[in-house]
Amino acid sequence: MTDTTSQPIPPQRKSFVQQLELDTRLLGMVGAFIILCIGFDFITEGRFLTPRNIFNLTIQTVSVAIMACGMVFIIVTRHIDLSVGALLATCSAIMAMTQTDILPNMMGLGLGHPLIAPITIVVGIAAGALIGAFHGYLVGYLTIPAFIVTLGGLLVWRNVGWFLTRGQTIGPLDETFMAFGGINGTLGPSLSWIVGGVLTVAAIAAMWNGRRSKASHGFPVKPVWAELTLSAIIASAIMGFIWVLNSYEIPTARLRRMFEARGEVMPEGFTTTYGLPISVLLLIGIAIAMTVLARRTRLGRYIFATGGNPDAAELSGINTRMLTVKIFALMGALCAISAVVASARLANHTNDIGTLDELRVIAAAVIGGTALSGGLGTIHGAILGALIMQSLQSGMAMVGVDAPYQNIVVGVVLVAAVLIDIIYRKRTGDH
Amino acid sequence: MTAPLVEMRDMSISFGGIKAVDHVTVDLQPGEVVGLLGHNGAGKSTLIKMLSGAYQPDGGQIFINGEKVTINNPRDARAHNIETIYQTLALADNLDAASNLFLGRELVTPFGLVDDAAMEAETRKIMGRLNPNFQKFNAPVSALSGGQRQSVAIARAVYFNARILIMDEPTAALGPHETQMVAELIQQLKAEGIGIFLIDHDVHQVMNLCDRASVMKNGQLVGTVNVNEVTDDDLLGMIILGKHPHENAA
Ligand SMILES: Nc1ncnc2c1ncn2[C@@H]1O[C@H](COP(=O)(O)OP(=O)(O)OP(=O)(O)O)[C@@H](O)[C@H]1O
Ligand SMILES: [Mg+2]
Repeated sequence: MTDTTSQPIPPQRKSFVQQLELDTRLLGMVGAFIILCIGFDFITEGRFLTPRNIFNLTIQTVSVAIMACGMVFIIVTRHIDLSVGALLATCSAIMAMTQTDILPNMMGLGLGHPLIAPITIVVGIAAGALIGAFHGYLVGYLTIPAFIVTLGGLLVWRNVGWFLTRGQTIGPLDETFMAFGGINGTLGPSLSWIVGGVLTVAAIAAMWNGRRSKASHGFPVKPVWAELTLSAIIASAIMGFIWVLNSYEIPTARLRRMFEARGEVMPEGFTTTYGLPISVLLLIGIAIAMTVLARRTRLGRYIFATGGNPDAAELSGINTRMLTVKIFALMGALCAISAVVASARLANHTNDIGTLDELRVIAAAVIGGTALSGGLGTIHGAILGALIMQSLQSGMAMVGVDAPYQNIVVGVVLVAAVLIDIIYRKRTGDH
Repeated sequence: MTAPLVEMRDMSISFGGIKAVDHVTVDLQPGEVVGLLGHNGAGKSTLIKMLSGAYQPDGGQIFINGEKVTINNPRDARAHNIETIYQTLALADNLDAASNLFLGRELVTPFGLVDDAAMEAETRKIMGRLNPNFQKFNAPVSALSGGQRQSVAIARAVYFNARILIMDEPTAALGPHETQMVAELIQQLKAEGIGIFLIDHDVHQVMNLCDRASVMKNGQLVGTVNVNEVTDDDLLGMIILGKHPHENAA
């Protein structure tokens, strides 16, 4: 019997980039994104890459990005969910009614009660997860193709949302609830720096922890300088992002109103900045949780195994039907969280909320490298995909491209992105 | 006489009118290798899939150590220490060797997270036994050769202390050296008291490795013989003509 020590791992000469062991596909996407941003900034004469616009871009991306995280798992397991926009609308309707009518009036909490927002969110997530689980049951146990189930779901939930509210716009929403919308709920400069610092330390710690665990089994690890370079890149990316958001000053008039609302008088010459929006922090939290789920939990392993070979997963004792229910339930819960962000951003529940989001969400996941053939996809890719789509759309709007042309460009970009991906995978022999 | 390790009694299953397995009875003793032979489509894989939990039989009973058991799914089979190397290998192509080896039985850290490093270390150990040339531990198994993939499937079946091992054409894609290693592995597992069903088209290999051989034709059992009481030609006759050698002699 031979053990590991008798199989030396042959040292290989590698290039600088290879030694960093970066995902070249991700690098390509980041590169495309940077070129896009610089391009728009150039055309708009510096209006695109301002703290204000970057702030707006991030809060506009959150809702689609949150759902895209769930869509990754759906597509990885060779399914699709066409109902996410409609499900968002139903969840939004349920939550709007819960916070403006059911809790304050019927349950007698009264408007503005601090428990309204948390209860509303729990109710919304429960509703989303339940509806998602039902879709998953139809797909997994009754073996109706997900395309059909969720196409039906699109029609059903869009109109259940309408039916619940009789087509009316509901608002204004609860104050605390609206903090999840973006501009109405930000951490301010100091707290943002702290969050940035914590995230940086956590990211670097996770990286070095992985290295230690590899080294403890005697596996090859990256050279220390490569790890240090990566750590430096991560730290500057996170802190740079926080710095940009912390550079967006709250307009004086708005500040004065905020002080007045608290019954105080604004000191003369007082300025402060928005900092990290709570909705973005929420997205970051979801992204981390979903990445851990995908890579480090059994459930995540089973999702990818099922996507790679459903029969093999079944033969390995994985209950792929129940897995389907869980994945769709997760998608439904994420739709509800997106509904919180989307309705809070608008300060109202509107009937057409989330319209066409299913297409944006699927496009984000696919541009982000999720393969429709199953088994492949990353959470960070999908979020970057959402960001690229949103930048493209906002940038074109800023340049003054008409809406129909915007859609044509987005459509072309989606197809081109997939084509580039296919060519890339063929070249690298990646699958 | 003690009860056999496995007895599959009067097993039947059909797929839309085709009787894939038609009232077949086979058994297996501890430390015994029973070869399953038959032409393509004879029903060999289907028979053993009823033991591994992949298919539910239409009729018949399964006994393990004399006790009647119901195997409804692959989890039940694993719970009875039945491990299977499928003809199709049943690997998730997008995952690496270690993830496939431990699929459904991942090693976890104290926090309940999958411990990839520990699984890779275990995989390196067992692959060192089965296929020392194997080095592609960090590639998805889709990037492996047919034989390398087969090694991963074999490693998965032997790693978890099987009592009953089902091998469906385990050496179909292997080179001569690797085939020899599997033959040695079978001898070693047999010596440890494991019972093995071996499906193989190579009559010579079956004569060398097996104690008994059961031959199937068109879903039915032609017969079961002790290999040291028959010749290669007898077995071939059973496979091709469906004739039992002793009927022949009579
Ligand atoms: N899932 C299935 N659905 C329908 N028919 C099936 C299925 N599985 C097997 N069969 C049929 O059952 C019969 C037996 O197939 P089986 O795979 O058991 O043959 P085999 O003896 O293993 O053949 P080979 O040597 O080619 O592997 C064949 O006629 C096959 O077409
Ligand atoms: Mg077969």
